[in-house]
Order: sequence, then C-alpha cells, then structure tokens
Amino acid sequence: MSYETVIGLEVHAQLLTATKIFCACSTRFGAAPNENSCPVCLGQPGALPVLNKKVVDYAIRAGLAIGCTIAKKSIFARKNYFYPDLPKGYQISQYELPICTGGAISITVNGEKKTIRLTRIHMEEDAGKLLHEHPTTRSKEASWVDLNRAGVPLIEIVSEPDLRSAEEAVAYLKTLRSILMYLDICDGNMEEGSLRCDANISLKPSGAEKLGTKVEIKNMNSFRHIEKAIAYEVQRQEEALQEGGKIVQETRLWNPEKEVTVPMRSKEEAHDYRYFPDPDLLPLLIEDSWVTAMHQHLPELPTAKRDRFISEHQLSPVDAETLTSSRDLANYYEACVKVYPDAKKVSNWILTELLRELNNSGRSIKQCPIKPERLAGLLQLIDQGTISGKIAKTVFLEMYKTGEPADKIVSRQGLTQVSDTGALEKMIETIIAANPKETERYRAGNEKLIAFFVGQVMKETQGKANPQLINEILRKKLKP
Amino acid sequence: MTLHSLTLHEIHEKLRKREVSSVELTQAVLKQIAKTEDKIHAFITLTEELALAQAKQADDLIQKNKGASPNNFAPLTGIPIALKDIFLMKGTRTTCGSRILSNYVAPYTATSVDNLLKDHAVIIGKLNMDEFAMGSSNETSHFGICHNPWDLKRIPGGSSGGSAAAVAAGDCFGATGTDTGGSIRLPAAFCNLVGIKPTYGRVSRYGVIAFASSLDQVGPLAKDVTDCAILLKALAGHDPRDSTSLNLPVPDYTASLTKDVRGMTIGIPKEYFVEGLDPEIEKAVRTAIDHYQKLGAKIIKVSLPHTTCAVPTYYILAPAEASSNLARYDGIRYGFRHPEARTLLELYTKSRTEGFGPEVKRRIMLGTYVLSAGYYDAYYLKAQKARTLIRNDFEEAFKQCDLLLTPVAPTAAWKIGEKTDDPLKMYLSDIFTINVNLAGLPAMSLPCGFTKGGLGESPLGEPPLPIGMQLIGNHFKEETIFRAAFAYEQANEWHQRRPAL
Repeated sequence: MSYETVIGLEVHAQLLTATKIFCACSTRFGAAPNENSCPVCLGQPGALPVLNKKVVDYAIRAGLAIGCTIAKKSIFARKNYFYPDLPKGYQISQYELPICTGGAISITVNGEKKTIRLTRIHMEEDAGKLLHEHPTTRSKEASWVDLNRAGVPLIEIVSEPDLRSAEEAVAYLKTLRSILMYLDICDGNMEEGSLRCDANISLKPSGAEKLGTKVEIKNMNSFRHIEKAIAYEVQRQEEALQEGGKIVQETRLWNPEKEVTVPMRSKEEAHDYRYFPDPDLLPLLIEDSWVTAMHQHLPELPTAKRDRFISEHQLSPVDAETLTSSRDLANYYEACVKVYPDAKKVSNWILTELLRELNNSGRSIKQCPIKPERLAGLLQLIDQGTISGKIAKTVFLEMYKTGEPADKIVSRQGLTQVSDTGALEKMIETIIAANPKETERYRAGNEKLIAFFVGQVMKETQGKANPQLINEILRKKLKP
Repeated sequence: MTLHSLTLHEIHEKLRKREVSSVELTQAVLKQIAKTEDKIHAFITLTEELALAQAKQADDLIQKNKGASPNNFAPLTGIPIALKDIFLMKGTRTTCGSRILSNYVAPYTATSVDNLLKDHAVIIGKLNMDEFAMGSSNETSHFGICHNPWDLKRIPGGSSGGSAAAVAAGDCFGATGTDTGGSIRLPAAFCNLVGIKPTYGRVSRYGVIAFASSLDQVGPLAKDVTDCAILLKALAGHDPRDSTSLNLPVPDYTASLTKDVRGMTIGIPKEYFVEGLDPEIEKAVRTAIDHYQKLGAKIIKVSLPHTTCAVPTYYILAPAEASSNLARYDGIRYGFRHPEARTLLELYTKSRTEGFGPEVKRRIMLGTYVLSAGYYDAYYLKAQKARTLIRNDFEEAFKQCDLLLTPVAPTAAWKIGEKTDDPLKMYLSDIFTINVNLAGLPAMSLPCGFTKGGLGESPLGEPPLPIGMQLIGNHFKEETIFRAAFAYEQANEWHQRRPAL
C-alpha cells in the first residue's frame, strides 16, 4: 500500500523586544545566569505580570504579514505544569482566543507553488533553562536553574496539516523565517534557539480522508535536523505500517548523533495542562486603529519584493528568489541598483562574485566589506571603459579584501585599460608579423583564430587592453 | 484611657499636639503586645527593632515640621500598624501562615505596604492568618490558632483573624487584611471592628501573596469608620505593576464622613434573612435598619435571586485559581524544601506534602479537579456563568438603591474546634460575604450590636460577643458606604466597646 505523509508544524519564534513579555527585565542573550531577573519572572510570591505592548505590536505585524485575522479580543491563559525551569508552575500563553487566526504562506518546492494554511499565531512567555553542569565549577553533582530566558516573549505559529514532505516542511520554515526577519521581529538565529520547531507527523493510505495517528517531534533547531528527523520519522512510520504495525500517539525527540527519533512520552503520560484564563491579566482588546498603525509600518515582504524584482527589474524568478531570501541581501541589491540601474548586471555580480566571497569567508551580507555604492562604482568603471570585465574581477577581490573603492585600487595598481589606438595598432602589427602561419590560416577562412590573436594582445598588455578595440583593429589588419 | 485603646485618628491628634511621641507610642503598643500575645497569638513575626527605628524617623519628621506648618504630616505618620502576613515587606519574613514559606524573607515590598511606608507609618509586625488565607476561623495557620480577644475560647474569624485580634486587643491602631470571600469582614464582625473590602482593583495586589486572583482584594481593619477611611485612602491607588488595578483617582474618604443619609435608598435583600440566621444577629441587624430609617434613609426590599449559587460558585473558582497560584511553591527556588528528597518528583511531592496543611491541600485538589480536561466545562465554565448571573443580580439591585444592608455572618464567633471537622459547615459561614467578591463590589463590616452572652461552661458565663452588619455598595462607591457607616456610627456606641483583657 502507498501512504501519504501529513505534516503540521508548530514554530516558536523569539521576539526581538528589548524587555520580557510581562516585566521590564532585559532579553539580552548571553548574560550571566539569573542576571536578567526580577520578582515577576522569578515567580516570587505576590508578583504580577504586566503585558509588554511591544510584544502585541510584533504579534500583530506577524499576523498581518501572513494574512491572519487579528482578534479584537484575545485572552491570556495559564498552562499549568511542574518543571524546575518554570518558576510560576504555569506558563502564560494563549489558548482559546489567540491574537491571530487563519492566514497562509506560499512556498515553492521543485518549481511548484503551494499554499500552506495557518491555524493561529499566539503569544506566550518562554521558560527558563536547566544547567546540568555548573557554569563556573563544571560540577555535575546537581542541576542549576537559569531563569534569564524565563519570560522572554515568543510567538507560536501553528500550521494546518498541509505539508506533505520533509522538503515542504523545510521550505515552509525557510519562508516563515525570512518573513519574520523581514518584519524585524525575530533574528531567526536557530542556534541560539530564536526559532524552534515541533513537527506533527502522520501517515494515511493515499487518497484516504481520515488522518492517521500522529507523532510529535519536539524542539528541533536547524533546517538539517528538521529535514532529517521528518524524513526518518516518515520512513519509520511507513515501515511499521507496511509490516502491519500500528503507530502509537506519542511525543518523540530527535537524536542528532544517532540520527533517529526516540520516544519521550506517550499519550497516557501526556500533560493535562488545565488551561484557564489568567485572572491576573485582563482580556487584550485591540482597536482597529492599532491594527491600522501596524499595517502602515509593514515593510515589503519577500514574496512581494520578489515579484517586483521580476516585473520591474526583469530578473529571472530564480535570481529574484535568491536576492529576496534575506531582507539584508535584498536591501543591498536595491542600494546598488539605486546608483547603478542595470539590474541584471548588479544581480549577476551579487549572485556570483559577492555571494561566493561571502560564503568563502563565512560572512553575512551585513558584514560585507564592500558597500553597495562601491560595488556600483566598480560596474561604472567597466562601462566607462576604464577597466575590462576581466580586470574588474581582480579589482573586486581587492575591494573585498580592503574595502577600498574601485577607482583607488585601479589607479594604485595601474590597471587602467589600454585604449590608445595607435599603440594597439603597432602592437597588433608586430603580433601579425610574428605569427605568419596563423595569419595565413585566418585569412584562408578559419575565423576562430581571432581568439588566438586577442589572447596574444591581452598577454602583451597584461589584460589591460580594451577587448572591443582589439577586435576592431585585428579584423581590420587581418583582412586579406 | 490608656494609649493602646485609642483610635488612630485620636492618636494622630496627640502626635500633632506633641502629647506623645511615636517612640513612646510604639513602646506602649509593644508593651500591650507583650501582655496579650500569650493569650491571643495575633502575631507570627514581631518587627520590634524596625518599628522603633521607623518611630524614631517619624518623630524626627514631626519635629522638623514644627516650624512653618507644624501639623503638615500624614495621618498615619508615626502610628503603629501591623500587616497580615500575606503582605511582602523587603527583608522581613513573610509566611502566609504556611510551613512552606516559614523561612521566606521577602525580596521586595508590596505596593500597598509601600504606600503606608510613604506616609511614615510604623510597622510593628506580621499578623497571624489562615494558611494562604484559606479558612474562616484562623485555625489553619501553621503557626497556631489566634484567639478572639472578646472570648479567648473562640476564634477571631478568618482569614485576617490575626489582623482583627491585634487591632481589637490594642496591639496596633490599624491592620491590613485581604478579603477573598469575606476574610476582612468576618473577623471585623467577630472582633467588633470596622473592615472594608474595597472594589476589586482599588488597592494593588502587587506583593500580596495570591490566593484566588480574581477575588482577592486588600483592605484595612480599624477601630472605627474614620480610621478605616484614613487607612483605605493610604492603601489605595493605581499601580502600573498590577494589570487589574483601577486607573482612577482615589477620593478622600474622610471627606465622605458627613453623618447624613437623608435621600439615600438602602436595599434589604430578602435572600439574606433566611433560615440559619441566628435570631440575635437578625434582631441586631433589623434594629440597625430601623435606625437608618430614623436617620432619613429610604428602606426598600430587593431581591438577589442567585444568592444561593454563591457558595458553590466560589468553591469552584477560588480553589481553581488557588491550585494554579500555589504551584510555585515547589521547593525549588525558595521556601521549605524537603531535606530528604532524592529525585525531582520526590522533591515536589515531599516538599508540598509536608509544606502545606490539610485545608490548602483540600483546595488544591479540588481546584486541580475542576480545571481538568473533561471537567472544565461542567465546573469551571459553569461557575463563571453563575458568577455573571450573581453580578447581574447586583447590577439590577443597584438600579433601585444606593446601598445594600445585610448581616455579615449567620452567627457570632464560634468556639475553637467547633467547625474544624466539617469543612462544609465552615464554608457556610461565608454565605453573606462571598457574593460581593464574586461581583467585585465594595463592602464594609461595622459593629451593630452584641449578643446577650450568658451562662456557659465557664464559671463567669459566656461573654457577650460582637455582631456586625454589612453595607454593600456599587462599584467604586466606597464613599457612599463610608457616608452611611459614619452616620450610623455617630448615632451608636457599639464601636467604642473594648474587650476586657
């Protein structure tokens, strides 16, 4: 029997607010344990939460970008469970009335476009974390609690079970990540846990309506792990079903070393979170004016930008897709085009030369040593005939190394193109005289030999000759 | 008359006239505590040193004011006040009457306490209370039972029993309390005091240990209506750290004390005068009603048809919230941690098993049950709906009248141990007070009589016991309550009686 995979994702995104969701503590990453803490986020007796409005701003932005409905009234609920990193014994989250519902994200997998629907987006606080090794003494005799992360704001973005493969799941996540980063509400840093993902996976006989038993894989934080974990889990379930086995509803964890998923808890051990509205927080009422204000601050999103690059700049869909994969890269490209309007040339230089160098040196576009105006300046030098395209590549590497403007490098290294017709004519006459055999063959009709002569001239001028000029003179002089 | 039996505003006059210093006053009160504490056990922690230092500071302040405007200091300046041990004060042990917090030293100060400190009140100690404010008799305190100063064999009422007993015994001139289902009003009635539970949100809950967040409200207990008005004015105010705090200016409640109730309509809800109400209580309350009529108030009959839903509704909602609010006491970060636990689960179960008393455990279990998947709709959600009906009842009633007048409790203070074996019987003692919390309304308990007393087991017979009546106002209408209460108080002398100790 053949099976169809059904995947739904729950993505936790840490919001880029300066302070926590229910108190004024800093959200800075990397502080000493418990440095960013106060009675509220420590769950001290008598402490009460006060909602950070910025978190609501960000949640509304995410909702608007994804086409969700923003709820006029949403409610914070308590999710009750015991764990040492959960100071109050409950997590403040949203349950029955979340801030955003609906919406959708389009993804492209193998050139095919697909729409993934969203169930909801809700706001919640993060828990703290446990250290099983003491941060200074390295002792492992006990576990320590660090509550710096407790109360850091998150949004949880829940998809409908519309995904059908690991590739689709990764494409969805990449798109979602880029939207959140475009909105400037999440840094997308998966290593630091700013973006985490749980996957619900089930298999059903192809064509069947009813969903199969689902398994949840918790807390994955890299695209590679997510892809591998889902692929593994799909295969595991398929093998079990093919052998006539049954899938048990459970929560599993991905073990990246062994590359397998392992059971964490079964349905019977599942928590009863005893959700109920948090009586310490009033219902959140959002007036239309708030949503309108957020709408006005919404930046152009990746899909819109990509479409515009295709229609306005005549870029290929693939190039436009790559250029818009990150907001910073798209900004870089647009800054270049502003100075040097030949979009195709700019795009080519960025996609080949620049991205290659960035990749090689492990830098992000934000850390790029060549400012957009300077890259544009380089292209202008080519157009002006000051340097050849070939020399430009050498100049580019030097720019990348030093950050200097192109013209400075060109004049310092004497790379200016030789466009002196008289000098070139003399040189070409000498070359023709020195290569009688090739001259004869060319004149006999072997026009491909022109390349040989160009090469000779370039060799003589160390690449600095204007190729167009060389061609002109050569054809004239080689005429039979 | 001895210093400790005076009212707060009388003491303020003495401080103004420099007839007494705050240090002398504090010493007098400490002496009274030393004399009575063995019998009453109103305190969990005494803050003697702190109090004397604060009194010294207050005296300096009063002396400084001697020049240009000699009387320009707050009515609480230099006056010994005590706090129910549910209020956090930085550096002071705050136990909430529980073993699980028996070693907890507060790292910050509650907003309401800060408000008292801003006025330079002197904090004399932390008062006994039912564990986590759960109880109507002060018998569930981990630190032992508190006794009623009017009859040491009896309970002072709960859960602010220590607060009431201390004020009645002259151990302080006012005390803070919290009222979740009547915990200010019941002990006030049982100890012949004036106590007010303000509108929900009037006083900040920040730094006050939560029992049931949607019902808890802070309020004062005092010897008379004027003292109560002074204390509430100091405690109240908007607090940006409490999301449920009202963003409204605090009126000067003492300005409402005008003796005049003419033109006021007082509603008498028929559901509050039913079987189970002690005849002596009924008589005292009805006499007070007649008195209001004589003073010029219009008395009308009203109905609050969902009154009987209040107790079951309360005993679903309050434990539900409590079960969640008390989850933080897990032995991990502060408070009692069981020394022998070897695993995480053992740490939780042993710390909580030995840290909490039986009443608290009962309510945690109840609350956990009613919030459980599958039971939520049948209990919690239904109780929320009943709460709306109860609230609507009051809304309807307040279309017809300015105030409601009812008894506070069906009986006077009962004997220690009398109801401890029967939680349901105990729960019914709050039958007249709980509705107000569910509706978020302000309500006051004030003295309106005494039982006859008579022959009992004791050779001296049973002493007469205080009786309280309840004035319930509409949302934010504390001023109306104060006005009516003051008018009654001016025409009666019940509040001037002091227990023989």
